[in-house]
Amino acid sequence: MAAESKKVLYGLYNDEEDLKGAVKTANAAHLNIMDVFTPFPVHGLDPILGLKESRLHILGFIYGACGATFGFLAMTWIFTSDWPIVFGGKPFWSVPAFIPITFEMTVLFAAWGMTITFYTVCGMWPGVKAKTLDNRITDDKFCIAFDVTGAPDSDVKNLQGFFTNTGASEVNVKMM
Amino acid sequence: MSQAVAPVRHVLIEGNKSYHNITEDLCTPTEKAPSREWIIAFSIASAFLGLYIFAIVWTVWKGIGSWNLNRTVNWGWDITNFVWWIGIGHAGTLISAILLLFRQRWRTGVNRAAEAMTIFAVICAGQFPVFHMGRVWLAFFIFPFPNTRGPLWVNFNSPLLWDVFAISTYFSVSLLFWYTGLVPDLATVRDRASGFRRKMYEIFSFGWTGSAKHWQRHEALSLVLAGISTPLVLSVHTIVSFDFATSVVPGWHTTIFPPYFVAGAIFSGFAMVQTLMVITRKVLKLEEYITLNHIESMNKVIVLTGTIVGVAYLTELFISWYSGYIYEQFAFYNRVFGIYWWSYFGMMFCNVVSPQLFWSRKIRRSIWWTFFLSIVVNIGMWFERFVIIATTLARDFLPSSWSYYSPSWVEICIFAGTIGLFFVCYMIFTRVAPVVAIAEIKAILKVAGDQYIGPNATKQVHGHSHSETVKKDH
Repeated sequence: MAAESKKVLYGLYNDEEDLKGAVKTANAAHLNIMDVFTPFPVHGLDPILGLKESRLHILGFIYGACGATFGFLAMTWIFTSDWPIVFGGKPFWSVPAFIPITFEMTVLFAAWGMTITFYTVCGMWPGVKAKTLDNRITDDKFCIAFDVTGAPDSDVKNLQGFFTNTGASEVNVKMM
Repeated sequence: MSQAVAPVRHVLIEGNKSYHNITEDLCTPTEKAPSREWIIAFSIASAFLGLYIFAIVWTVWKGIGSWNLNRTVNWGWDITNFVWWIGIGHAGTLISAILLLFRQRWRTGVNRAAEAMTIFAVICAGQFPVFHMGRVWLAFFIFPFPNTRGPLWVNFNSPLLWDVFAISTYFSVSLLFWYTGLVPDLATVRDRASGFRRKMYEIFSFGWTGSAKHWQRHEALSLVLAGISTPLVLSVHTIVSFDFATSVVPGWHTTIFPPYFVAGAIFSGFAMVQTLMVITRKVLKLEEYITLNHIESMNKVIVLTGTIVGVAYLTELFISWYSGYIYEQFAFYNRVFGIYWWSYFGMMFCNVVSPQLFWSRKIRRSIWWTFFLSIVVNIGMWFERFVIIATTLARDFLPSSWSYYSPSWVEICIFAGTIGLFFVCYMIFTRVAPVVAIAEIKAILKVAGDQYIGPNATKQVHGHSHSETVKKDH
C-alpha cells in the first residue's frame, strides 16, 4: 500500500488447518494481522479473518443493468428517431427483436465491468510488481503477516512466540 | 481412518499428492524444453496454419469467386465450418460455468484446457463469416457506430447482427473468465521462474500475491462470471440457430432449432475436449489429474447429448410429415434421400448410432475407444451442419435454379487450415500456461480424498495420511 518501506514479520504454515487455527489464536490474543496469503482460496478463512463479503456481485448487477439500458435505448433511438427504416412492414420500435442484443449487452457490461473493478480494487494490472513475501506462498505455504514497522522489540518477540506456539514452520522479517 | 468407507464418488486426483507435488506436476510442462513429439506435432500444425494463410490470401486477392458457392447455394463450407467451430467452442464455458453451478467437482481437472479450447475455436469460427464478406477490409461495417455514411446503422432486427453481438460477447467474456482463472497460476509459475521468464510472468500475472481478500474477490468474480456465462453460452448457439430458424426456408424454419443446436454444440464440444484431453494427458503426463473418471464423465455427457440430438433429428422428420406441408415434406425427403444422402447417413451414423457404444462402461473407460469415437462425433457434427445448409439450399422453391455444390480447393484448404490455426494456438498454450488449474486442484485435494470417508468424518483430516488410504482403496 504505502510507498515507503514497511517492516513485515511473517510466518509460514504447511497446512491450511494450521493457518486457520493460528488466525483464531491471533484473534483471541487481539493481534492485528496485516494480511494472510494462501496458494488457493481457503474456505472458512474469511469469517475468522473478519473479511466482509465482497460486494462485487452487487456491482455486477449494476453494470449489467447499465448494459441492458444502454443497449435497449441505443437501438430505440436509432430505429425510431435517428434513422427509421421499415423492415418487412414491421413497426420501427420492434421490441422483441431487440431482446437478443439487449441480453448480450447486459452480459458484456456486467462481465467487463466486474473484471475491471476486480483488478482495480486489488491493485492488479499488467506490469504491477507483486509484493511477494515468499515465493513458496503460491506453491504450498500459508502465510500470516504482521506489520511491525516501528514496533518495540517486545512486540516482535511476542509475535515470534505466537508463531512458534501455533506451529509455523518458518518465521522471517522482510522490508517491503 | 477407521470409518466405514463408502466409495460414492470417484477419486479425482490419483496418487499420493502434497500441494507441492501438484505445483511440480502442473508447472513442469511449461518449464522444460519441448519434447520431440511436441515439436513434430507443432511443425505439422504450423504447416496447416501456413496453408490457411495461403488460402486466405488467395481468397482476398481473387475474391469469393474462388470458392464454389453459386447463386442457389450461397452458404457452403464457410458457414458449415463456422457453425462447427462455434459448436466446439461451447464445451469450455459449459464445463467451467454450468458444471461449476451444478457443483461437479470433476470439472476442475479439465476446465482450464477446455476454456482455452473454447477461445481458440471461436477464433477459428470467426474467420469464416469475416472472409465470406468478400471485401474483408470493410468488415468493421458490421459494428454499429456513428459514421459518415448517413449515419447508416446496422439492422438490429437481423439474426446475423445478433450473431455479431453474441459471438463477440461470448469471445470476450470467455477470455476474461479464462484469464482471470489463469492469473493465480501464472503467479505460481512466476514465483518458480527466474531471469527473463520471471519478467514475462510478472507482467502476465498482474502482480498477484494470494492475499485472502484478493482470493475472496476472485471467487466472487468467478462465481458471477459463471452465472452470467451460463445463459450466455445457451444464447450464443440459440442465436446461431436463429440465422436459419428465422428464415422462411423449408427445413430451416423450425422452432426446434435452438435447443437442438445447443445440444449439438455441447455434444461436439465435449467430443473435441476428449480428443484434446486424451492426447494432452498422455503427452504432458497428467494422467493423475485428468483421470479415467474424468474421461468417463465426459463420455456420459456425450451419450446424453448425442441421444438428445438423435431425438431432435427424428422429431424433425416426424413434424415435417405431420405438418402436411408439401414443401417441408419435400425438404426432409430430399435431406434423407436426395443428392446429399451420404451426408445425412454420415450424420445419423456418427452422431446418433456411434455414441450409443458409450452405454458400455468398458468402452466409456477405454482411451482408444474414446479417442476414436470423439473423432467420429467431430466428423458427424460437421456433417450435421453441412446437411442443414447445403441440402436445404441446393433444392429451393424454384426447380429451375436447383444446383449442386461441392467445395473448391480454396475452401478445403481454409477449413484444413483453421484446424492448423486451432492446434498452433492450443499447443502454444500448453507450453506457456498450466493446462490444469493449479489452485483449483489444490483446493479440492483434500475433499476429493474425503469422498472415501464415511459421514461421521466431519473433522478435516490432514492431507498426507488419508491420501494413502485413498490410494489403497483405489
